[in-house]
Amino acid sequence: MSFDSFTDFLAMGGHAAYVWPAYGLGLVVLAGLVLAPARARRRFFAVEGERARRFASTQRDAARTGAAPRMDAEGARDASDPT
Amino acid sequence: MIETAVAEPRVLELLTAQIRRDLTVAMRSPGEMVNPLVFYLIGVTLFQFGVGAGPERLAAIATGVLWVLALLATLLALDGLFRRDYDDGTLEQLALHADPLFVGVLAKIVAHWLVTGLPLAIFAPLGALMLHLDAAAVPTLVLTLLLGTPVLSVIGAVGAALTVGLRRGAVLLALIVLPLYVPVLILGAGAVTARLDGIDPTPQIVWLAALLAFSLTLAPFAAAQGLRVGLE
Amino acid sequence: MTIGERIKAWWHRLGSPRWFYRVCRAWSPWLTAVGLVAIAVAFGWGLAFAPPDYQQGNSFRIMYLHVPTAILSESCYVLMGVAGLVLLVWRMKIADMVIAAAAPFGLAITGLALATGMFWGRPTWGTWWESDARTISVLVQFFLYFGVIALREAIPRAETAGRACAVLAVVGTVNVPIIKYSVDWWLTLHQPSTFTLTKAPAMPPSMYLPLIVSILGFYAFFAGNLLARVANVILARERGTQWVQSLVAGPPGGVMSCDGGREERA
Repeated sequence: MSFDSFTDFLAMGGHAAYVWPAYGLGLVVLAGLVLAPARARRRFFAVEGERARRFASTQRDAARTGAAPRMDAEGARDASDPT
Repeated sequence: MIETAVAEPRVLELLTAQIRRDLTVAMRSPGEMVNPLVFYLIGVTLFQFGVGAGPERLAAIATGVLWVLALLATLLALDGLFRRDYDDGTLEQLALHADPLFVGVLAKIVAHWLVTGLPLAIFAPLGALMLHLDAAAVPTLVLTLLLGTPVLSVIGAVGAALTVGLRRGAVLLALIVLPLYVPVLILGAGAVTARLDGIDPTPQIVWLAALLAFSLTLAPFAAAQGLRVGLE
Repeated sequence: MTIGERIKAWWHRLGSPRWFYRVCRAWSPWLTAVGLVAIAVAFGWGLAFAPPDYQQGNSFRIMYLHVPTAILSESCYVLMGVAGLVLLVWRMKIADMVIAAAAPFGLAITGLALATGMFWGRPTWGTWWESDARTISVLVQFFLYFGVIALREAIPRAETAGRACAVLAVVGTVNVPIIKYSVDWWLTLHQPSTFTLTKAPAMPPSMYLPLIVSILGFYAFFAGNLLARVANVILARERGTQWVQSLVAGPPGGVMSCDGGREERA
């Protein structure tokens, strides 16, 4: 341990005002970098899951009424959507 | 194009023909041609007002201002590099040609520089006068601008090619191209500053020339590639 | 199979988003976890156990955060440049996805490098900012990342945007060494005697070992995070395909997500 006490450690020999904000910022950025893709992934499955459920229910409705199943406009768009 | 038995394109002929064509088109709107130069001089004037008329203060920033304004003037003019031909479909024709696209692109860049960069280099002494730049440094300024503005045109052409179809592409173009301009600015302004300090600026000038050779060789290909992407 | 055939087969598989997606999902959590652990160890070690610097006192400890981020900002851009080349020459879709995933990461990490550099610079140089080869090339890199992101957003068609960003990434990568060179030149005339932040050799092992661990940790984290992001890009781009739709429908019960947390998809 290069410091005599925990208070000394926190004080960083007078440079605390620089060291700790820097590391604090680092932790915030790292956390953000981890969370962003996780959140995007959850959102993707939520949105796509909802879309699939809606399609499935319109299929079921169409089958029940005996009409031809409606072309899923969204699904067709998805397949050709270049993004 | 008359079909001949020659397999390889006559690059130099293509080049000069295209340059001549672009220059002719440019000369048809002389007002547009002069715009970058006018911007340059207006900018210099604004700095005089902004910084105050004290000669020492102006002289201290003169090098930087003259070079950065040249950068910005070139940037403003870049939008027009491909725009007119893009709008009337000539650019697509150029891309569909059997002749290599980089030749056409290089020709456009040369024509563009002759109309924008070259006048900037020629009239820079006027700006230097207004900003009280030491007379000894003016030849160096002109030389570095003569070498540097073509590099600016050719690197800028890559950015212009990538943003050619975009409606509000001007700011994006600046954002893309300005970081790439940093070496030119450092070398060009550095040479003038060296001369002001009494140091021989030859190294910077040689490096600037090397940069010119390097970018003139490679950038037209990158710009042609960018054009093909942008024209999709 | 011969080595050549094996390499060709691997190269071919690399072009399949579905295969790459599985690779991402398998490797990402581990790499991220290993990276974060290494970073935590390096930080603790560097903050508490490394001896104080003779000249700088304790402020040098920012180095364990700053140096890896600065190195990463450059590596990430080079990766984008290489991926750009792969996209333009071999038309591999994955390369486009790598560029799209890497750009925001690179931007964040470069911003962090700049900020931590300023925090380190203030007690060391007395000013928040000092222009030298290092700081200027990192700053320009920041703008270059911005440009790639902005370009992609501005172009409506995804495939065109991908290739435009590839061209820009390649051009930018060529530019970065030129910038470094020219700034070095600029400084040989006007160099104030400043301490260069990346001078490692004069340090005793107790000082640079945690730095090495930190750098390796950051690289591992970079790989893990990048793979997670690429996985997301693949999902979005391949949305209409059968295999993605079946993932969306999903097995009943929860499945491990990229960050290791549990996630339920009915």
